[in-house]
Amino acid sequence: MAGTVKRKINGDSHRQSRRGTEESPVVKWVLITIAMLFCLVFLLLPLANVFAQAFGEGVKAYFTALADPNSVAAIRLTLIVAAISVPLNVIFGVCAAWAIAKFNFRGKSMLITLIDLPFSVSPVVAGLMFVVLFGMNGFFGHWLQDHPVHLFGKVIELKVIYAVPGIVLATMFVTFPFVARELIPVMQATGTEQEQAALTLGASGWTTFWHVTLPSVKWGLIYGIILCNARAMGEFGAVSVVSGNIIGQTETMPLRVQSLYEGGSAASGSAAFAVASLLAVLALVTLGLKTLLEWQQAREFERAQQTPAAFEGERKFPSPEDFR
Amino acid sequence: MATRKFNALPGFGLTMGVTAFFLTVMVLIPFAGLVVRACGLDWHEFWQLATNRRAMEAYRLTFGASFVAAIANVIFGTLLAWVLVRYEFPGRRLIDAVVDFPFALPTAVAGLTLANLFVENGWLGRFLVPLGVNVAYTSLGVVVALTFVGMPFVVRTLQPVLEHLEREVEEAAATLGAGRLRTFVSIIVPTLLPSMLTGFALAFARAIGEYGSVIFISSNKRGGEIVPFLIMIRLEQYDYTGAIALAVVLLVFSFILLAIINLLEQWASHFQS
Repeated sequence: MAGTVKRKINGDSHRQSRRGTEESPVVKWVLITIAMLFCLVFLLLPLANVFAQAFGEGVKAYFTALADPNSVAAIRLTLIVAAISVPLNVIFGVCAAWAIAKFNFRGKSMLITLIDLPFSVSPVVAGLMFVVLFGMNGFFGHWLQDHPVHLFGKVIELKVIYAVPGIVLATMFVTFPFVARELIPVMQATGTEQEQAALTLGASGWTTFWHVTLPSVKWGLIYGIILCNARAMGEFGAVSVVSGNIIGQTETMPLRVQSLYEGGSAASGSAAFAVASLLAVLALVTLGLKTLLEWQQAREFERAQQTPAAFEGERKFPSPEDFR
Repeated sequence: MATRKFNALPGFGLTMGVTAFFLTVMVLIPFAGLVVRACGLDWHEFWQLATNRRAMEAYRLTFGASFVAAIANVIFGTLLAWVLVRYEFPGRRLIDAVVDFPFALPTAVAGLTLANLFVENGWLGRFLVPLGVNVAYTSLGVVVALTFVGMPFVVRTLQPVLEHLEREVEEAAATLGAGRLRTFVSIIVPTLLPSMLTGFALAFARAIGEYGSVIFISSNKRGGEIVPFLIMIRLEQYDYTGAIALAVVLLVFSFILLAIINLLEQWASHFQS
């Protein structure tokens, strides 16, 4: 592991002045080795193990496990839940960021604290909150039972707990702050001058939002959506409380992993890893996209620092034609 | 309510309305429900439910394991942040990106694979179990899982602080004859301390509420239950009051930690300027 220390750019004199503020190469490489070993054992090994166990019984067994109707149902439910909860959180996040970043009002910091609140609640407690509201002995539980919906001549009892609506609610709760939290600082940083200019030039509020605000915060928004989606698809604790684990009906992918794992047999064990491997791929994709976005932002920031004028000009200033 | 000055931007009413609606439905009403139910409990009943023996054992495991995990996170997190900020080495950018992996990986997957690594014929267990180190299905396993999920907190809190650390102070210390270790202990560590504590509190707060990664690796014998798992057990027994009492204790601790984290962050930003 002993590599060459690359500090040729700094001259000899500089190196001497740095000697007092740098560790000796031995200490340095020992620290680097410990850090790398830690990452290897703690981060890469668990990841590699997921795939090794998933394919432990062979490729065919892997795909057979994934094609199991109950696993397919779990994958479908996870996608449905994410498809409902992520867009709703985006609507909330964009609205909250607009109100908080572009306007001044009393109680703003209180509002931000309330938005962040779900992050400091244990997922199990979050799920419990919805059981308290909609469970059999809950505040709205009896009301829901006594007021079935009449739709197309059928009587449908609305169930929240042990059903999909509860899973969506619990997922929304735990992912609630993601989009707003990413957007607020970005929207604050861009200020209000550009929107004011667009409005002065006769653009409507919506046009201003679509053509001025959204392009300038799009990376922050995408970042928030990626993180929100990863958590929505991977949430376990909160969903576990409200789902009731009805196989094939209210099992999301993480819950399917658990029930397969508890199945006990070797086959169901590697089936658990097969489903888990899909979630691990999701994590890798999330991490990759996140890193790409961060590098891109760092590059833009560097460019902006080098030539502030050029950066200003690069953002396409909306022309009046755009507002048609 | 709005004190707007020369702000011609439209949409305050609409966006604030949507925000208030979502916040009320998604956060305030669920919270209120739990608080109302908790207030409906008789004080003696609450005390009994929240402090019976099984609950006390769960607190001991949860807070003990979370504390040890947060300490481990501070040690390894500081080391990682230091190495990532101060040194140039092959693979640095990869490690920097991979640090967030525990945040991205669903907790159920983390628990599943960690438990599997440490069982008798697992990749790590086959070396550790013969040495008498049992991780899977023990409280040591709980610590390992909690260390895993809390890992990024300390690194990500320390990285920006380390980047903005003024080298001049270290140079001054060196000029005055301090060795590298002395500079580190008496100059760098005190400057980093508020951020290290913030990272510790963040990791600790995350650990006490953690459920998914732990239940795969903890033992399901008595004494192996963490508080969130005990809440789950109460719910499965339809013992709602028991679950609510434990949840209230957990919530109170979360909020105390949240307040401490806010104070620490203020202190840390004070240090920066």
